[in-house]
Amino acid sequence: MSIVTATRAEICAAACADAWRGDGELLASPFGTIPTVGARLARATFEPDLLLTDGEAAFAAGTWPVGEQPRRREGYVPFRSIFELVWSGRRHVMMIPSQLDRAGNANISCIGEDYDRPKVQLLGVRGAPGNTVSHPTSYWIPRHSPRALVERVDMVAGVGPAAAAAAGPAAERFLDLRVVVTDLAVLDFRGAGGTLRLRSLHPGVTLEQVQAATGFELATDGEPATTRLPSDEELRLIREVIDPRGLREREVPSA
Amino acid sequence: MSNKLMSEEQVVAELRSGMTIGIGGWGSRRKPMSLVRAIARSELRDLTVVAYGGPDVGLLCAAGKVRRLVYGFVSLDTIALEPHFRAARQAGAIESVEYDEGMLYWGLYAAANRLPFLPTRAGLGSGVMRTNPDLRTIVSPYGDGEELVAMPALRLDAALVHLNRADAAGNGQFLGPDPYFDDLFCMAAERAYLSCERVVPTEELAAAAPLSTLRVARWMVHGVVEAPGGAHFTSCVPDYERDEAFQRAYVEAAGDPERWQEFAARFLAGDEAGYQRAVAQWQNDEVVA
Repeated sequence: MSIVTATRAEICAAACADAWRGDGELLASPFGTIPTVGARLARATFEPDLLLTDGEAAFAAGTWPVGEQPRRREGYVPFRSIFELVWSGRRHVMMIPSQLDRAGNANISCIGEDYDRPKVQLLGVRGAPGNTVSHPTSYWIPRHSPRALVERVDMVAGVGPAAAAAAGPAAERFLDLRVVVTDLAVLDFRGAGGTLRLRSLHPGVTLEQVQAATGFELATDGEPATTRLPSDEELRLIREVIDPRGLREREVPSA
Repeated sequence: MSNKLMSEEQVVAELRSGMTIGIGGWGSRRKPMSLVRAIARSELRDLTVVAYGGPDVGLLCAAGKVRRLVYGFVSLDTIALEPHFRAARQAGAIESVEYDEGMLYWGLYAAANRLPFLPTRAGLGSGVMRTNPDLRTIVSPYGDGEELVAMPALRLDAALVHLNRADAAGNGQFLGPDPYFDDLFCMAAERAYLSCERVVPTEELAAAAPLSTLRVARWMVHGVVEAPGGAHFTSCVPDYERDEAFQRAYVEAAGDPERWQEFAARFLAGDEAGYQRAVAQWQNDEVVA
């Protein structure tokens, strides 16, 4: 039992770190502050062989603070070579979907029913289609809400299990959706037919709270577990080494 | 070796309305903005633009030059969403050909190698199969029998890229961390135009940095434009970082039609020299303010 109290942001960071547990020597690609803290935490503790980039064209060595440049670099990885990592499966990405639906499809492209004239244009599908059918994929949702967790996405950027199955064996072969970490809970894709399922509630969060913040009825498997607390050593690493400026609290503010 | 030096206006004079034009760089990084600005103030129209999009796409949308956009994303990096691109999409003003960014790479690679298509897993099961009804799949002729996306070649009429250095023959050198896809854009194009921060004698290229930085070779290039500050306001490291303050001003102006008119009148109405003078004046005003 931890003697210091972890904030929600720190619990989320440890849950993100756990996403890369067991991955060995592959590229961890986190989007957002808390997943970035999580990936560096995973490498600094239980997954020492993970690869990380500096966000530009270098593999970064060591553990360094978020919002800063790494001091040591261990390799060259321009954008073009990212596709080699993606297509060979040597990467586990954690993306931030604008929408994620019951069937595990993710959208970062555009919102609205008319594709030719969307209500809200976002980034575009980016690498999400190729990522999801090529290598392990997880998601980070900093604000669990009915706008983010929807019945059905308007554009499938990240491919969910049912959409992959419909597209055939080549789409399913390397599909490997892992977890969804939100500010309230951890979900996975082990509901019926690969749909989203509640895996654990963060300490202090109720099932009712999560249901109310989800735009569809979320599957549960009996009594939901409680997301683990970070260890004292993990908290020390987060607070003193990886995020001394407390940027994580801006992404998920303490209540 | 032939001298391929030309001006932005001479490049634009070689382009035609309705052409497919690829633009190098990535997001708000090392974009050939002086060439983009020249197109924006030209008579060209109905362009198909292929890009890892940033403000290049935004400016051309704002100027009404884009009929069709082929892209995986459009972003300003430190500001996630590009305002003019969003406005154009939300108004239904451009035809959207949206691909996974790896599909874009593969399409350029196919074109560069004169192949009709290349197979890829990227795109399978996603919305891009629905929004691009012309996309076809192909079944592997080998024992695995996998059905993959047949990504069509993205052949370009012209490519525009911006590098740190080049010689007058079109050997181009990137001195920053990433070549992006600039050489592929050049190879996928009938004619490629390279702008650069500084044109130098050929021997200076090899003396300045390892030969691996000479990613664009003269056989790929038809025209060379010396354009100091030509990537502004995108980054062109190590020559300069992204002008974040100016990018913010661009985004703020884009949010309001009247302010955009002012912005365009102040910065985009004249030629490239006029743009650079107006930016210098703006930066001076910012420091004083």
